[in-house]
Amino acid sequence: MKIQRLGLVASVALVGSIALTACGSDSNDPGTSGSSSSSSAASDCPKGGTLNGEGSSAQKNAIEEAISSFQDECAGTTINYNPTGSGAGIKQFTAGQVDFAGSDSALKTVEKDGVVESDAAAKYCGSPAWNLPMVTGPIAVSYNVKGVDKLILTPEVAANIFAGKVTTWNDASIAKLNSGVTLPSEPIKVFFRSDESGTTENFTKYLKAAAPDAWTTDPGKKWLGKGEGKEKSAGVAGAVKGTEGGITYAEWSYAKDNKLGIAQIDNGAGPVELTGESVGKAVSAAKADGEGNDLRLKLDYATKEAGAYPILLVTYEIVCSKGKDAAKTALTKAFLTHFASADTQKGLEEIGYAPLPDEVRTKVDAAIAALS
Amino acid sequence: MWGAFLLALVPLLWILWTVVSKGGHLLLDSQWWTNSQKGITARREGGGAIHAIQGTLIQGLTTAVISVPIGVMTAIYLVEYGRGRLAKAVSFMVDILTGVPSIVAGLFIYALWVTTFGFQRVGFAVCLALVLLMVPVVVRSTEEMLKLVPNELREAAYALGVPKWKTIVKVVLPTAFSGIITGVLLGLARVMGETAPLLILGPYSKSIATDLFSGLMPTLPTMINQDRTESLQPAVDRVWAAALTLILLILLLNLAGRVIARLGSVKK
Amino acid sequence: MSSVTGVSIADELPGPDRRHTLGGDGAGTGRLGDRLFGGAAKGAGIFVIGLVSLVGAFLLWQALPAIADDKVNFLTSREWSVDNASNLRFGILELLWTTIAVSTIGMLIAVPVGVAVALFITQYAPTWLSRPAANLVDLLAAVPSIVYGIWGLKTFVPVFDPVQSFLKDTLGWFPLFSDAGISGGSTILMVGIVLAIMVLPIVTALSREVFAQTPVTHTEGALALGATKWEMIRVAVLPFGKAGVISAAMLALGRALGETIAVTIILSTLAAGSDWTWSVFNGGETFASRIANNAGEFDSPAKTGAFIAAGLVLFVLTFVVNAIARIVIERRKAFIE
Repeated sequence: MKIQRLGLVASVALVGSIALTACGSDSNDPGTSGSSSSSSAASDCPKGGTLNGEGSSAQKNAIEEAISSFQDECAGTTINYNPTGSGAGIKQFTAGQVDFAGSDSALKTVEKDGVVESDAAAKYCGSPAWNLPMVTGPIAVSYNVKGVDKLILTPEVAANIFAGKVTTWNDASIAKLNSGVTLPSEPIKVFFRSDESGTTENFTKYLKAAAPDAWTTDPGKKWLGKGEGKEKSAGVAGAVKGTEGGITYAEWSYAKDNKLGIAQIDNGAGPVELTGESVGKAVSAAKADGEGNDLRLKLDYATKEAGAYPILLVTYEIVCSKGKDAAKTALTKAFLTHFASADTQKGLEEIGYAPLPDEVRTKVDAAIAALS
Repeated sequence: MWGAFLLALVPLLWILWTVVSKGGHLLLDSQWWTNSQKGITARREGGGAIHAIQGTLIQGLTTAVISVPIGVMTAIYLVEYGRGRLAKAVSFMVDILTGVPSIVAGLFIYALWVTTFGFQRVGFAVCLALVLLMVPVVVRSTEEMLKLVPNELREAAYALGVPKWKTIVKVVLPTAFSGIITGVLLGLARVMGETAPLLILGPYSKSIATDLFSGLMPTLPTMINQDRTESLQPAVDRVWAAALTLILLILLLNLAGRVIARLGSVKK
Repeated sequence: MSSVTGVSIADELPGPDRRHTLGGDGAGTGRLGDRLFGGAAKGAGIFVIGLVSLVGAFLLWQALPAIADDKVNFLTSREWSVDNASNLRFGILELLWTTIAVSTIGMLIAVPVGVAVALFITQYAPTWLSRPAANLVDLLAAVPSIVYGIWGLKTFVPVFDPVQSFLKDTLGWFPLFSDAGISGGSTILMVGIVLAIMVLPIVTALSREVFAQTPVTHTEGALALGATKWEMIRVAVLPFGKAGVISAAMLALGRALGETIAVTIILSTLAAGSDWTWSVFNGGETFASRIANNAGEFDSPAKTGAFIAAGLVLFVLTFVVNAIARIVIERRKAFIE
């Protein structure tokens, strides 16, 4: 009797969801980014397949563009990327949960908490895991002070601000660098990333390298300065936007999207504005490091080169050098080749990243070709 | 008292207004109901939420299929069989389960599923975490409904020599049926909006995925979570639209629950 | 009768006819079918016990080694530095304070308002309105917590920030209201208010069911003695529903303590080593939000253990709160019988 209605309800629900399943579509019109089908990668498209990646949120916008244009080119393929954080990416990679990891620092070769990251990854892979530098971008020191359109900071002053030693905008040390600018007497409100983040690590690496006297704590993913924590880059950027007197560090694209002021950095050779050109200059000075195809990009944070913007961040894609599954390896190679191609890299410039220098790109290409 | 009531309505209307005004326009586009987000970046408009809607429904349904038998049987035990210390213990454990924070449920299943067994993070793992959250809701509401079944019905059945289990299956459960369904649907509504365990167990994907046992399964809460930290307008619009879709889905379930309850409420 | 929150009062009251349902094995016949069905029901109950024990055991198993390695007092330290496995230093004091502060603020708002709404629905509202009104308040429970989070951060907090600044300026001399330098209103107070909205339907649903059960003889007796409506509520309805309201508040508190995603989204976190303040205008992290903020980076057993230990405290906290609710309900049951 009535009990049969339970079956009825259940089957209606089941049929409903199956019907929904049937009419969904994965095909979205390729937009402007789909026009790059002339790229060389198109010739060797794998037939379908899915690739899962996870890690750095700094490269989210870059890899999303690359995925979008790759999927337009190679119909039937699916690449997923979850921007949960560099540490999470490495952890899920070594646990065999994802096919590649995105990380703002290369796998560590020294022991930490009884684990050597590169060994753990190699153990999972059954072969060495390679770091492939793929996305470089500047970290913008972004601020929101009414009437101050141009702000110059030296590493020392920046370190003092972020360490909570300089607390008002009209502090003598800031005024000295910015003669002619009327600085208000309001307090400086520092915002930092409350989640553990590769951006924090790279920014503190810069502070430690360029101003070792002012910044005394060790660089790391967890913020050890002062201030107020917000979640993710969008959180800190949004907070600065809404707070008079706020300052933070965030990827360039977030500073641009929120229309924040971006400080010029004076590493010792005069103030450098953050532009595609000044970033390109610093990135091209970066040297490829590492053994064989396991590449690391060595950045000179303390660079005194004129016109080079020194606060940079590199995101690596971490992959097994010998894949476990031939189809997945083919897809990984095709996708990474597309990502590293000159076309894709050039397209990243307009969304706040910098293309890899050609010298590095050639090495990355060679490493991708050597994946098996 | 009128004041208190109106005060309670303010946040409700405010939330609904915010969500509808900021995300409503996307729902009017048929693409929202037919397409996934595949190939759509935070900068681009377009795409839909069908992948996430499907994921949410499939996971919700699977969670219900597992939770309902456990929950209903536990409630039957508590009302029809249980006396003494075991029943007290079960009842207390159900209370504790009600209080298990959702993030702890997620951590627990992660440790079990990924760390201990070495499986992939698939849709089914999410369902297991949600089961932990849904079972107590089902037990409590079913218990309540079973207690409302008049004893005369049971006594009449026993007098006719009907075995106890048959009495429960043929008399007690059908009488309480609509109430049980209501409870199940309300529990389902609760777990479908759950986000915290999904952060740990259910990575997002922009493509349609309907296999519970392989691949990443997108859901509406993870879709919201993925883009909620974006400041670009197309992504922001989608966040509100996905929030509205999720609220509508849950409302629909609540409504269905109420209609079923009204149609066949326990006759006294 | 069922509420959207899934919370039940059925076990508070005997059946509608004021008698217990038939229970025990008195009616069992010992036949195979009965033994199987009864066994299955018992099995489900035992499964639930096993499940909860397993969750508890898992938490202990992961947390105890880390707590044993802890170089500072786990309960009274404010430090949280778990990156170095050989020098684990973590304590829950700050997390405990933030968790309790946001939940208390939530309760202080949700309980009075929830009870008032329940009284409105059961005693004051015209008959045609009481059911729709109840349904409307229940709708608040249909809004997922992540939506509360983004609405709270992007819409609610900006609107209420001026109010908060005003409070800071006028009451700043009092430690609870001193300015802690958190900008943009992402404070303990604001999270507390959002939590209050989230748990309001739980308080309302449960209270209104208890109030509706007030024996007519009590209410009419009070009115017959010349009591006004409010006096009648005070002497008849509220005393009758007191225990129900307390248990409703406890269940709501349990929910507020464990709320994760909304708190994570709204509340600003503090830098390590910030000065201690009692201010509700401060930021901070609750147990759940600290776990959520760091869940992505659990990369070593010691570190994971530290966070799970925080989860364990949260588990115990909700356990205690629920146990209190249960004891109150049991007492009331005894009182009614």
